[in-house]
Amino acid sequence: MKFEKKDILDIESLSRDEIGLILDTADSLKEISSRAIKKVPTLRGKTIVHFFHESSTRTRTSFEIAAKRLSGDTVSISASTSSIVKGETLADTARNLEAMNPDAIILRHKAAGTPHMLARLVKSSVINAGDGMHAHPTQALLDMMTIRERKGRLDGLNIVIAGDIAHSRVARSNIVGFTKMGARVSLVGPPTMIPQGIETLGASASYDIKEAIGDADIIMMLRIQKERQESFLFPSDREYARYFGLTAETLATAKDDVLIMHPGPINRGVEIAPEVADGPYSVILEQVANGVAVRMAILYLLLGGPR
Amino acid sequence: MKRTVIQGGHVVDPETGIDGLFDIVIEDGKILSVGDSKPGTGDWKLETIDATDKVVTPGLIDMHTHLREPGHEYKETIQTGCLAAVHGGFTTICCMPNTQPVNDNQSVTDYILKKARAAGSVRVYPIGAVSQGLKGKNLAEYGEMKAAGVVALSDDGNPVMNAQLMRRAMEYAKAFELLIISHCEDRDLTSNGVMNEGVTATRLGLAGIPNSSESVMVARDIALCELTGAPVHIAHVSTEDSVRIIRNAKERGLPVTAETAPHYFSLTEEAVLNYDTNAKVHPPLRTAKDREAIRQGLADGAIDIIASDHAPHSSVEKEVEFEAAANGLIGMETSLPLSLKLLEKGFLSLTDLVLKMSVNPARVLRLDHIGLKPGNPADLTVIDLEKRFTINADTFRSKSRNTPFNGWQVKGKAVITMVGGKVVFNDY
Repeated sequence: MKFEKKDILDIESLSRDEIGLILDTADSLKEISSRAIKKVPTLRGKTIVHFFHESSTRTRTSFEIAAKRLSGDTVSISASTSSIVKGETLADTARNLEAMNPDAIILRHKAAGTPHMLARLVKSSVINAGDGMHAHPTQALLDMMTIRERKGRLDGLNIVIAGDIAHSRVARSNIVGFTKMGARVSLVGPPTMIPQGIETLGASASYDIKEAIGDADIIMMLRIQKERQESFLFPSDREYARYFGLTAETLATAKDDVLIMHPGPINRGVEIAPEVADGPYSVILEQVANGVAVRMAILYLLLGGPR
Repeated sequence: MKRTVIQGGHVVDPETGIDGLFDIVIEDGKILSVGDSKPGTGDWKLETIDATDKVVTPGLIDMHTHLREPGHEYKETIQTGCLAAVHGGFTTICCMPNTQPVNDNQSVTDYILKKARAAGSVRVYPIGAVSQGLKGKNLAEYGEMKAAGVVALSDDGNPVMNAQLMRRAMEYAKAFELLIISHCEDRDLTSNGVMNEGVTATRLGLAGIPNSSESVMVARDIALCELTGAPVHIAHVSTEDSVRIIRNAKERGLPVTAETAPHYFSLTEEAVLNYDTNAKVHPPLRTAKDREAIRQGLADGAIDIIASDHAPHSSVEKEVEFEAAANGLIGMETSLPLSLKLLEKGFLSLTDLVLKMSVNPARVLRLDHIGLKPGNPADLTVIDLEKRFTINADTFRSKSRNTPFNGWQVKGKAVITMVGGKVVFNDY
């Protein structure tokens, strides 16, 4: 199968086969990262711009390492060092970047829809590294890779996503991706954090985490942003941890082979207890490792072949 | 002396009850007669306009527009706004006070009227601010603004959140017989919302604005109308619950009137898919259920008026991130063809349409000439109901291009716009 997409903007626009191809490619590229010389020449002569309009440690580093392991030339721009501080619009920045003829632009932006806007303006491939509350497709792909690696499949699994669904681009992309690959997704969290109409994406929702995780194969916890207290979404960290967080006690009701995931960064003691994050069921750091492989796969599929 | 005869058109005027093939005779810019009467003979120059197979209506009135002058002339000027109006078949427009400076005092009102006279096409009636600087703190000077020429009061895009201020504004405005037009929106419920709350917002990852953001304020202002006895006009109704609350208030005999805009009966929130900033507007485009309720509200009279909420913005405000984009779309040049679609769909008759787009706004604003009565200034619109065309923003007279209707196939448009007996637009 040939990969025909110009951009990776969200999971909705990828077919089941395309997701499968990305995951298979990631599986085979993963080995490069464990070599003594962690570099292959695949993307020699390709220019990749990392345009991070919003702060990021994990995703940005992961993309940079992925590009470098494939021998791509990388350039990094962040909002504070770009012309944005001089008042340049995103559209103008995009046109200027385009004039320098990069092969891919990887965009992280606080506003939903900006990668779509960028993709309309430039000929380069655009990869969405997270846009507002909308989508984070590479995170969803690395999550799917991690689950497939551990469970051998996605089809038929019960996956619980817990926490602030409403403000989470990770949740949105994962709901779409997991259901597309045949998994059943249940959401759990306080009602203030379950967005309207989420069931149209194919997931069910409830408010009791103990009940929700009973038959879960995977539990994915989402980061709780403390500033959400100001928008009246929850009263305190304490109460949140008690009723919606994942503790060893809560976990007692779960299946023996359950996997605990978290897109990071984690708030220890809020949505996830330290002993759970560091415990035997946790695959949180495997997710991070697979992030590099998935991003290498995407860069390879978008830029590596003849187009 | 000059007489003009508009011959053989289908004259529709709900104010006088005329609905049939008649000639309209105009002398000195005023209507002399509507009937079978011949222009007669005398010492005048006779001009004839053949309106066979056309509809002739009292001049259309758009009571909700933004002309952006003074202050934002790069988006629209009074002159270009007036051209857009006549192009869309309007002979009278009202302009909202959110200019820079705000129209909250007589000198700004004077300035707008002076510019409108210089533009010399449509009649422009300014709407003054409810509160000084649209800040929602103190009453603006209603008496002086009325003397200068405002016809109503509104803080439009800056809804009056303080219920006590709204109460006092409604009471005080009674002294000057000025109507309060309310942009009903609870800012706390809107919060950081940028589109309708619901499935589409969830999919797009955009913060939503619930229907209740509008309807709680509709309910509040109707309660204040009952308290004060002052009439209130609800601007750009967008939700099913607002329509129901307004209908109920009317059944109870309260002096409540309401308008909606063509985008609310033509589009749904799905126009925002693909993050089209031209479909970003306040209140936001809602669901198909709301759109149906708006159409029903127009049909049963809960909604009295169609007004465009013409809100010009340049690419500076629109070619940006969706959440950063300005709210609003332009409408004066698309209002009539979009409204005519409601005739095809069976929601309105031609008479209803003329009520909603001319007679009702004139009544609500208590303008001194309504309909095609002899003696009234000859403000009228000749409409070709059969003319098919494609909406093309590049042909607009407005300075701005922010429309979600570009490329729409429509049928029916104004071919002659006449103000005070003078043809100000002719696309016959």
